[in-house]
Amino acid sequence: MSSRIWSIDLEKADELFNALAAGQRLYLPIEQAGQVQFKEYDPADSKQKVRLDALNTVRSAKDLFFPQSENMAAFKREGKKIEIIDNRERVSPFAIFGVRACDARSFEILDRVFLSEPVDVSYADRRENGTVITLACNEPEETCFCEAFGIDAAEPGGDISAWIADGKIWWQPITARGEALTEALADVLTNAEPDDEKLVMQKKQIREIIAQLPLHELSLESFQPERLKEIFDSPKWQELSEACIGCGTCTFVCPTCQCYDIRDYDTGNGVQRYRCWDSCMYSDFVMMAHGNPRTSQVERFRQRFMHKLVYYPANNEGVYSCVGCGRCLAKCPSSMNIVKVAKAIGGEANV
Amino acid sequence: MQTNNRPVKEIAQEIFAENQAERILGWKRGEFFYDNSPAVFSAADELQEFVYDAFCGSNLSKFLVKEAAKEGRIAVLLKPCDRYSFNQLVKEHRIDKENVLPIEIDCDGMVDIDKVRALGIKGIKSISADGDQLTIETVYGQKNCSKEDVLLLKCQTCKDRTGGDRFALVREIEEMSSVERYEFWRSELSKCIRCNACRNVCPACTCEKCVFDNDKSGIANKANSDSFEESLYHMIRAFHVAGRCTDCGECSRVCPQGIPLHLINRKVIKDLNEFYGEYQAGADDSSVGPLTSYELDDVEPDIVMNRGGGR
Ligand code: SF4
Ligand code: SF4
Ligand code: SF4
Ligand code: SF4
Repeated sequence: MSSRIWSIDLEKADELFNALAAGQRLYLPIEQAGQVQFKEYDPADSKQKVRLDALNTVRSAKDLFFPQSENMAAFKREGKKIEIIDNRERVSPFAIFGVRACDARSFEILDRVFLSEPVDVSYADRRENGTVITLACNEPEETCFCEAFGIDAAEPGGDISAWIADGKIWWQPITARGEALTEALADVLTNAEPDDEKLVMQKKQIREIIAQLPLHELSLESFQPERLKEIFDSPKWQELSEACIGCGTCTFVCPTCQCYDIRDYDTGNGVQRYRCWDSCMYSDFVMMAHGNPRTSQVERFRQRFMHKLVYYPANNEGVYSCVGCGRCLAKCPSSMNIVKVAKAIGGEANV
Repeated sequence: MQTNNRPVKEIAQEIFAENQAERILGWKRGEFFYDNSPAVFSAADELQEFVYDAFCGSNLSKFLVKEAAKEGRIAVLLKPCDRYSFNQLVKEHRIDKENVLPIEIDCDGMVDIDKVRALGIKGIKSISADGDQLTIETVYGQKNCSKEDVLLLKCQTCKDRTGGDRFALVREIEEMSSVERYEFWRSELSKCIRCNACRNVCPACTCEKCVFDNDKSGIANKANSDSFEESLYHMIRAFHVAGRCTDCGECSRVCPQGIPLHLINRKVIKDLNEFYGEYQAGADDSSVGPLTSYELDDVEPDIVMNRGGGR
């Protein structure tokens, strides 16, 4: 990690954003009708309300790398000929500022899926063109449990890490890409000390708050690949799934959910093939010619948690595919979520 | 059956003790104090986790569509607002009434934890109430707010309490110019992530297979081609529940994007009231609704053109 560090007065955040936006598209947490989303920053639009205080956006930062829907190819028919047109979007360089430590870790989880052979070219293209600027969490929520996954909200990672402390934004490049972007900001950023007392204090404070959060010690130890069968067969799934209305909200707000569907849309004189997020909670998920292998909500419900806590780690050196962002805790209509599942099923497997 | 202010848990225990039902549909204590989940209890000892407090906003009626179809009588706890949905579902033959023991429970308003958060209150540990004043302990110290300010939207215009005017905002939107109105809805509906929470929670949406999930319908889609398509999804839903929506408020409660979906339905309800006379869906379980009956003095379709005001 680079030890060089910079800062800029929080009041001058606009200058930083304008300088960033001059070099590439910039995405910031921006308020839209009461909710905060990563949206493209437009320096000319004075109505945009940047919300650096908002902890988690409703849609996670994965949106920028794995959008909800995107074109894959178009098929055009002329007489007996079918033309195949590659109309996948190719992105230009962009930066995203304000990514929290949990979302930053989610990219590593998605990378293992989309960047292993066969490489997902659209995702890879966006990863190569996107610079991730994280922001440490000064005020974590009670729903946050990133610590359970060894994520440190005070060292948020990404290409560049940022902190807000002492009325300043602190800026530390971590990767070569982060260094390169920082070079271009020489005019707006001021050199600072990495062990500045105020910054050190802020990090300490964040860790103290995290240690007070109700879920910070959530244990997932019992979710071991060897116990796959035992966990799969747990009688608890039935009662846990009873509250689930199968809406898929948890999967759509989740930064690590990665399943998609490929669909053909009849355009009248051809076909537009696109892909879009899918949810294991849906009745047509992995629909095949013979039908759906999971015919009940309890099986669909179980799939989501088995994937996150058992299957994914079994294939990825024990790494869970949850980052503890807490979105599913805050957003499930029935308040059913991964923590309740982990405690009910895990607790049982522990005894 | 009425509760007459008795603790709801006591009533639940009695149901099992007196064998009034084999199962009880109620709420189960959550991980925090505010995240109670709907749950089915099948034995007295399971009631340890039973809870009824100011965080039981979810409407249990819809769960009956699947639960009442199962073996054995089921008791269900209905807040005053939930009773309307229950009646409407019985009316639509989606629930076998014979298999259900409905228990009407008292309610003095449910708290919306998202509204507490919207006040900038983070890291919530507990809430205690003293009349209308809520004291909230958080990781960042003690905060206060009034309960009235953080009630669930549906509770602010509760059908059973002297509530606010539920059409006030609808009127405001009607008064907007068409451009303003379009901007308002565009900005709200383009937030939609098409998670289907609004549809799945809706007691009026009980189709076995929704057209939007049915590959063979030709309009099934999990993604929108642009944000306008999202508006269409919501319009189709509003039309489908027209005259049957009880205004239970669940759609707006569950939307992860905070889209005020209830306003679309309230607009429809307001129009129906104006066109066909006051009507409350779910007020009873047998009357014929405004759109399923025909009266000679029903309005003619040209009302749309003639009432003016660009509405
Ligand atoms: S767990 Fe909750 S958010 Fe997820 S599908 Fe079920 S009801 Fe919806
Ligand atoms: S499962 Fe829930 S807490 Fe975990 S990453 Fe997904 S949304 Fe966040
Ligand atoms: S509208 Fe609110 S206060 Fe009225 S019964 Fe329903 S939950 Fe209770
Ligand atoms: S609940 Fe909200 S985000 Fe989900 S489909 Fe409905 S309107 Fe869209």
